[in-house]
Amino acid sequence: MIQQAWQYMVEYPDKLLGWTWQHLQIVLIANAAAVLIGVLVGMWVSGRGREHIADGVIYAASILMTIPSLALFGILMGILYAISLPSIGVLPVIIALTLYGLLPIIRNTHTALREVDPAMIEAGRGMGMNGLQLLLRVKMPLAVPVILAGLRQAMVMNIGIAAIGSYLGAGGLGQPIFRGLANYRKDLVLAGAIAVSVLAVVTDLVMAGVEKLVTPKGVRMGRKS
Amino acid sequence: MIRLENVSKVFADGTEAVRDVSLEIAQGEFCVFLGPSGCGKTTSLKMINRLIPITSGKIYIDGVDTQQRNINELRRDIGYAIQNIGLFPHLTVAQNIATVPMLKHWPRERQRARARELLDLVGMPADTFIDRYPSELSGGQQQRVGVARCLGADPPLLLMDEPFGAIDPITRHKLQEEFLKIQERLQKTIAFVTHDIDEAIKMGDTVALMKDGELIQYADPATLLAEPKDRFVRDFVGADRVLKGLRLLRARDVMRAPRHTIEIDESVDRAVEVLDEHRRSWLPAVEDGSRFVGWIEREDLESSASLRDALTPAVSTAAPRTPLNEALSMMLGSATGSVAVLDNEDQLVGLLSFAAIRDVLAIDDESENG
Repeated sequence: MIQQAWQYMVEYPDKLLGWTWQHLQIVLIANAAAVLIGVLVGMWVSGRGREHIADGVIYAASILMTIPSLALFGILMGILYAISLPSIGVLPVIIALTLYGLLPIIRNTHTALREVDPAMIEAGRGMGMNGLQLLLRVKMPLAVPVILAGLRQAMVMNIGIAAIGSYLGAGGLGQPIFRGLANYRKDLVLAGAIAVSVLAVVTDLVMAGVEKLVTPKGVRMGRKS
Repeated sequence: MIRLENVSKVFADGTEAVRDVSLEIAQGEFCVFLGPSGCGKTTSLKMINRLIPITSGKIYIDGVDTQQRNINELRRDIGYAIQNIGLFPHLTVAQNIATVPMLKHWPRERQRARARELLDLVGMPADTFIDRYPSELSGGQQQRVGVARCLGADPPLLLMDEPFGAIDPITRHKLQEEFLKIQERLQKTIAFVTHDIDEAIKMGDTVALMKDGELIQYADPATLLAEPKDRFVRDFVGADRVLKGLRLLRARDVMRAPRHTIEIDESVDRAVEVLDEHRRSWLPAVEDGSRFVGWIEREDLESSASLRDALTPAVSTAAPRTPLNEALSMMLGSATGSVAVLDNEDQLVGLLSFAAIRDVLAIDDESENG
């Protein structure tokens, strides 16, 4: 069976690559949106006196994660239809993946900003940094690696969920899987499944590299010793 | 330079951290805020750069009400160092030191030149350290960089919150000495917080002793030790306050000129003669007139052919600026009970004896009574 799958992959690499590219695009767009929203929300809820808001937001985001993806797609389709936006295709999938990606990113942003050594914050404030300077020059450089770890988690997770998005006609690597299931073509199912898995593993590795790359040199050295 | 006028702080939970404190720190003065934990010393310090807002009262710097100034500009004009140092781990030593110059938009080259200059000042070779990261430094080196950073934009006023608190005693001692030397040169106005009475006496021109948010006594260290205002002060400075007072005196304040010495190349008989003549049991031996070489003791002379054979080298010698408490412990370890005071060229400039110290302390006692 694996042989059949392999044969399919060798025979139609362009098809498979096309789906993979579609898949990746959906995931990238959704996660870019999730990072943008998640980091901003995470920064905002980490502000002083917003502990309760932070708890609430993180709780809400984790509830969101418990909604099964098919159900979330259904809900979004309903909402999109009601506001007369395309309720089928990429849009509901991208929105769903964005929502799923929020939790790890908000949570990591919040934790990272909260855990910056208070001595550093006191030193920064005492030397006359304003809130923005403190955030951009001190807190964020220290938080970015942790935030990226959240993004990495979100991306790997979303690569899996995006496969289900093919159900809504969003394309991607779910397509060979669903088509294979409908037509009793195990080779198609397997080829799609293998491709999704490889994509997830590669993404994870690439993101691990990026994470290391953005970790400030001084912090990296500190960890080693 | 700094004036606190009836300053009070009540925190949101109702704690009165500082109650009606008024004091003035003159230009170039090193003022230590001292007291047990929770006495309000750190709160007082942090109200100066408005890290903690004042509940009532006023703080003036050079006659200007700090409340009237832009808060971040005010802070950039005041050096600030804390116990936990708070060096930024993602920035190099140079970038850390140039934090305030960066905030003040100095040109890059000037920031770096300043970092170099300050590294030299705190005794760290700039070429070696300027591009290192804090995680590559020892605790003492980090502390030095912390001090350099608070001098970053050459502020006239420094606030230091237990800057030598988190390091081992030996390094702390060294850093204190070095910082005093730096201060001698720079003449900054300094507000310095510590809970360590020894540090306060050693470092401060004045000491503001606080308890339960109130300023109990504000005086120079000698007065604090000699005339504790009440029982609390007396207890806080400790039963050994006379001994602590010793550190305020230097060897040069107490030493006596060496009246009798012996040239090391003289004969043994001549040494015995001098000893007999002045009824002494020992003599400082010198070379070429006044270069100190050690001690000649009577009991060693009988069995010796020359003075060089009989010579007992000094275990330790003092410099004119050695604090008297250190000199005293040298004396306790010295066979003769005396310590030779030498200048930079090893020339014998004076002798310290128990009698001399007792005399000085007795004089102090009289002035206290009178």
